[in-house]
Amino acid sequence: MSAEQLLELAERVVAMAAPGEQVEAYVARGGETSIRVYEAEVEQFTSAQSEGIGIRVIRDGRTGFAYAGTLDPAAIAEVLSEARDNVPFGSVDEWAGLAEPDGVLAKELVLWNDELGSYSTADKIELTKELERLTLAGDPRIRVDDANYSDGASERALATSTGIRVAVRRNRCFATVSTLADDNGETQSGWGYTVGRHPDEFDISKAAGDAVDRAIRLLGGVKPESRRLTIVLDQSVTAAFLGIIAGTLNGESVLKGRSLFATRLGEQVAAPFFTLVDDPTNPLAYSATDIDGEGLATRRNVLIQDGVLHKFVQSSYSGRRSGTASTGNGVRGGFAGTPGCGCMAVQITPGTRSQAELIAGITDGVLIQSVKGLHSGVNSVSGDFSTGATGLMIRNGQLAEPIREFTIASTLQRMLLDAVEVGGDVDWLPSSSMGVSLVVNDVTISGG
Amino acid sequence: MIDHDVLERVLAAAVRTGGEWAEVYAEDKRNTSAFLDDGRVERVSSGRDRGAGIRVVKGETTGFAYTSDLTEAGLAAAAEAAASAASQGGGGVRTIALTRRQATPVNTVTTYPDTIAKSAKVELLQRVDEAARAAGSAIAQASAGYGDSRKRVLVANTDGVLAEDEVVRTSLRISVVASGDTGMQTGFTSIGHTFGFEIFDQYDIEELARRAAQQALTKLKARPAPSGAMPVVIKRGTGGVLFHEACGHGLEADHVVKGASVYQGKVGQLVASPLITLVDDGTMVGEWGTRTFDDEGHPSQRNVLIQDGVLTDYMWDFLRSRKEGHAQTGNGRREDYASLPMVRMTNTFVLDGPDDPEDIIRATENGVYIAELGGGQVDTASGDFVFGMREAYLIENGEITEPLREGNLIGNGPQVLRDIDMLGNDFEMGSPGTCGKDGQGVPVGDGQPTLRVTSMTIGGTAA
Repeated sequence: MSAEQLLELAERVVAMAAPGEQVEAYVARGGETSIRVYEAEVEQFTSAQSEGIGIRVIRDGRTGFAYAGTLDPAAIAEVLSEARDNVPFGSVDEWAGLAEPDGVLAKELVLWNDELGSYSTADKIELTKELERLTLAGDPRIRVDDANYSDGASERALATSTGIRVAVRRNRCFATVSTLADDNGETQSGWGYTVGRHPDEFDISKAAGDAVDRAIRLLGGVKPESRRLTIVLDQSVTAAFLGIIAGTLNGESVLKGRSLFATRLGEQVAAPFFTLVDDPTNPLAYSATDIDGEGLATRRNVLIQDGVLHKFVQSSYSGRRSGTASTGNGVRGGFAGTPGCGCMAVQITPGTRSQAELIAGITDGVLIQSVKGLHSGVNSVSGDFSTGATGLMIRNGQLAEPIREFTIASTLQRMLLDAVEVGGDVDWLPSSSMGVSLVVNDVTISGG
Repeated sequence: MIDHDVLERVLAAAVRTGGEWAEVYAEDKRNTSAFLDDGRVERVSSGRDRGAGIRVVKGETTGFAYTSDLTEAGLAAAAEAAASAASQGGGGVRTIALTRRQATPVNTVTTYPDTIAKSAKVELLQRVDEAARAAGSAIAQASAGYGDSRKRVLVANTDGVLAEDEVVRTSLRISVVASGDTGMQTGFTSIGHTFGFEIFDQYDIEELARRAAQQALTKLKARPAPSGAMPVVIKRGTGGVLFHEACGHGLEADHVVKGASVYQGKVGQLVASPLITLVDDGTMVGEWGTRTFDDEGHPSQRNVLIQDGVLTDYMWDFLRSRKEGHAQTGNGRREDYASLPMVRMTNTFVLDGPDDPEDIIRATENGVYIAELGGGQVDTASGDFVFGMREAYLIENGEITEPLREGNLIGNGPQVLRDIDMLGNDFEMGSPGTCGKDGQGVPVGDGQPTLRVTSMTIGGTAA
């Protein structure tokens, strides 16, 4: 079924809206291939299609929702009727409603590569085996836990009784490798990845090299002493934090009293070099998309400009309720859920220096290679954070001994103000935030 | 869900091109959820997920395909896709004869949630909201989520296994925000069981709401957590996540077989304090990780992983058992029909020890008392793991004193297991959890008595 056929299906559902009723139909279909190689053999090969529909009905300020993981016509009729049945149990909300066309044209993004569909299974397997081989060749102490290739294509259509009708499609692929490094009875792990809209865009040797380096350089790590110092966040660690910070700049959280920046518009909340944008129209972002989860065009929104809090992102609901308008930030996880409000492709205006140059200017610090426990260690309401970490000491501008089994802690508020420089080493991860090195002063590390 | 003879034909087709083993896993799940936030029931949602995943194994390769089409044609297409994914070579014709596996259902559901009016579900949320907001003037926001599901599962494989099961789940989650001079703080409580709506006869949901509110209010007065190593006492029923991360994942046979676990080669050795007996048990009545069968059709069972500190066995699924010639242990689990099964925990817990919990606190001169843990994460290869403290206090001179702000603790699994020097006699199961592994989430339970670790690193900001 093409995206246009999905749209026809969505429109048929919307045409069944009764007088006084708003109806939204979101229809999605996707296919995936994933391959896992272990010891030069294909360990797992998955090839599958999935599809489904989610229907929202709003009447007299009350919202009902239902979904099904099938596009079978009988099931669709049942979904509409279930969504209607759920309406009376919702509370009346004067701001409830679907998005309405706002005249913003979707930027034309090239998010589909025809060639990916015809890339052969044999080539995908060979590429994954090559990734494993290159990784193993990197160092005799390295084992490969698994090497993976994955691609996915999705078609989505959305129609509403308020006049929205959009159909989009996107495909993309990535490869990852997980490593184990053994030495003196100790084992450390690492990873590498590469992403693209076609495997020709992959950098397999960089993925292999990163996976080797990350595991090897942690060998012999010791627990550091507890103290405050300057840290350099490696690219993927910055991406994780940018995602969390962006999550606090959300119009719905502001309205509901859950954003720690709710009253800070126009104030200096970050270091003067810090400009944070959400820009799903940047085709380099892995999560780039031309349409948001409510069918509106996505757009570039500046959240923090030169350290000053500039804007919260809005869905149509939070826009209406806050007396502003949607910023094209209605997000939905898939057909099984209703849209919320959030960022889609978070980016920071990069600096110019490489990570090595950033490190060269630090006499006493730590390079944070990875963090763990973000879900339990970061409270985006209070701003407190504390996560487990691995990394390397920085002494006199050079990377020194590895350290492990320690935590880094601060608050999100302080961390934004204590940031001193962002690198120029932008890395587009398979994530909704950009990777780049970031230097932050005065962070507590806890170890022995 | 699918006829016996259709299953036999689909399985036969799945191995026609040379596959050695094949499996059909089918599920049909209906769920209802309701969410209240900011004083309003934002939505009531109904969902239906139905489909089948077909696995074909040939040598070391697993081919997998899934479909939402449960007709014979749909299943046959998926079987063909899985078979061609597993092999390129020729095979032969095999006939499959399925035998239904009998097992007494672990749980008896009294009140199926789909027989309860949606208005009654919504009313629970409104009661929670009211109770939370009444807990104090500093309560600024509350949200509550209700969820129930009823899932029929069918597993059939070319060994002739046919297992059918029905899983019912009911849960309630409560989040509260308190606001004061020091900013905002959060509180959280949740309950979840593999039972029906009758669980609400056993819980005082207003009390659960007040507990979440109280947690947020307490933390308004909290001071920054210390940083560095010190003794840690963990309250009963909340520290199961410590064992889940410190050793549970490392005892999953897939990590062990690949040499990605610090516990590889340690069976028969002392790996923990002799106080510790660790069990994974998928048959605990009503618990969040409980099932009659695992997702490979193997009956759930009670597995002792560590006995008096000595490692007795790992947890196993079909593939790893087949490779190593070990018996399956009922730990083959999957998120849904679109996911491949792997080795997963069910309900993981530590049995009672000898100590009075009050004595454990009194015997601790200075340290941290954790009343509620958050989630955790582990690197199974190094054994380093973290977990969060959602509600914690200082222990000073053997007494619980001031509340602490949130943070993570970090430790090394094998070291922490050895460093448990006191274990209470007050065992309790904890809140429902979702365990994430390789992108799949599955429901798990955990539990433990009050215990003390002689030294763990607290990731706070205070000196």
